[in-house]
Amino acid sequence: MSAENHSEETPAEEQELPLVLVLRPIFPHFHDALATKFRFLKPWESPLPRDEFLAAHAGAVQALLCPGPTPVDAQLLAYLPRLELVVASSAGVNHIDVAACRRRGIAITNAGNAFTDDVADYAVALLIDVLRKISASDRYVRRGLWPIKGDYPLGRKLGGKRVGIIGLGSIGSAVARRLDAIGCTILYHSRTKKPSVSHEFFSNVTDLAAESEVLIITCALTAETHHIVDKEVMLALGKDGIIINIGRGALVDEKELVRCLMEGEIGGAGLDVFENEPAVPQELFHMDNVVLSHHQAVFTPESFHGLLKVVMGNLEAFFSNRPLLTPISE
Amino acid sequence: MESLGVLLTFPTNSYLEEELSKRCKLFRLWETPPEKRREFLRANAASIRALVGNSGVGADAEMIDALPALEIVASFGVGLDKVDLAKCRKKGIRVTNTPDVLTDDVADLAIGLALATMRRICEADRYVRSGAWKAKGDYKLTSKFSGKTVGIIGLGRIGLAIAERAEAFDCPISYYSRSEKPHTNYKYHSSVVDLAANCHVLIVACALTEETRHIVNREVMDALGPKGVLVNVGRGAHVDEPELVSALLEGRLGGAALDVFEQEPHVPEQLFGLDNVVLVPHAGSGTWETRKAMADLVLGNLEAHATNKPLLTPVV
Repeated sequence: MSAENHSEETPAEEQELPLVLVLRPIFPHFHDALATKFRFLKPWESPLPRDEFLAAHAGAVQALLCPGPTPVDAQLLAYLPRLELVVASSAGVNHIDVAACRRRGIAITNAGNAFTDDVADYAVALLIDVLRKISASDRYVRRGLWPIKGDYPLGRKLGGKRVGIIGLGSIGSAVARRLDAIGCTILYHSRTKKPSVSHEFFSNVTDLAAESEVLIITCALTAETHHIVDKEVMLALGKDGIIINIGRGALVDEKELVRCLMEGEIGGAGLDVFENEPAVPQELFHMDNVVLSHHQAVFTPESFHGLLKVVMGNLEAFFSNRPLLTPISE
Repeated sequence: MESLGVLLTFPTNSYLEEELSKRCKLFRLWETPPEKRREFLRANAASIRALVGNSGVGADAEMIDALPALEIVASFGVGLDKVDLAKCRKKGIRVTNTPDVLTDDVADLAIGLALATMRRICEADRYVRSGAWKAKGDYKLTSKFSGKTVGIIGLGRIGLAIAERAEAFDCPISYYSRSEKPHTNYKYHSSVVDLAANCHVLIVACALTEETRHIVNREVMDALGPKGVLVNVGRGAHVDEPELVSALLEGRLGGAALDVFEQEPHVPEQLFGLDNVVLVPHAGSGTWETRKAMADLVLGNLEAHATNKPLLTPVV
């Protein structure tokens, strides 16, 4: 859209742009793209406290855009009597009170498949790193230790490893496809068995862990999946077992994970998410059998571009009464 | 094969050394300081009928001349750049290597290194361990791997294994080889510069020979460009290392992931401060499972030689 269109907008045309509530600033690139089609209600630009602002100005708001994991709880929803749509900017919607929205008939859209490839790539990257000690041996080389202490300890082969995937949705399936080409044997747990999938299904996560050498967590965080990887699962996985978490920190009992790693009850971990980000248990900083990152699995230009398309598409669909692109299924 | 005198040139995983020591008459080259090596070889030359070498110390012309009783060189690895094959042929010395058993590991590492470099895994790990992660949403964009064009130099066993893996990430595959391979759908380029200009991730997976020395030179790196990533799981000498360092420092090359270097174990220190490189200490076949399989292949070849049976994986 050319700059001319912006400056020639009359007040009447401006009023025709649908109104979208945003609770905190969004990336400038996103903002500018969306601002060609929507008007934003921005509480933080007002001197009023948020709740007062909403009470005064948000009565007619039909759509809420959530950049990042801003909580959308029942208390917030109470200020938005006309709300019909919540547009999340993530794949996960654990920060949204889904039950409250359902009760009010409020639709929720998420990032759909915008992030699938990048998150799947990241899970595989973490697994190869942990088993082949890439980050640990990179540190070793950079400290000048190779000429002094000789070769780095051996890693472990990926081929033939039994990998248990917890949650076989888009991301889990994408991970399975990549690891299949690498020669891993895929097992999975899901809420229900997938009839079109040939991999072995486990209805119980502990049983899956007992049969696996690696667990990769790719499921959504809900009340049911909170701490789905707990002490029992970790002990079943065993001393050589590796846990890769690119879902949400709370899918794993973090305290227990740290204890198991410290006591050698499991073999290693690759973690992009933690229970209390940005806090990371410091005991992990001294371990060479873990790889840690700061929740960055989706941060590529392609994922961001894909997200913008999905967000834009859902808002456009909503305001023109067409079916939403990526409504969450429950 | 207790009477087989075997010279092991390098300290290695204890399984191979223990087995050789149990089953043969083992001579350990590395235990002798370099200045005493000639003497050591002369003293034991009459007994040494077999040599087990690796990518560090193999069987070059000087070594072969020093061992007149040498009958077989059983390399621990698939690369033969440290073995004087012509001289072995001339003298009737058999040569074996360890193909196939390490193909998967090297291919896995190539993919892992590409991912680590493009998605900045090591950098992120450093960042978190430093305690610097203080605010959620603190991030920078990294390069997506899936869907990027992967260019492979050398479409042998390892090159093909890399291609198969990259295909699962929807990466279009192109390659350079001495000649076009008839049974693939991958895009062939008859020059490495062409390949580099048309791919995002360039992976070295060919054998090191006189022709492929410095096959990745300044021109190739410039063609790969400021958004391109070089992955070397071949030999250090495949890449002009000083040119690589300046290309990275000057931003003419986007990133590099290196398993091998021209003067191992020495790595150019100018690389230590860069976030767009990943450096690992020649770990291509470095897993317990594969090193044991390689050792078993070496032992099997020696056993076959000692009992006049066909060698398992002969090259010469």
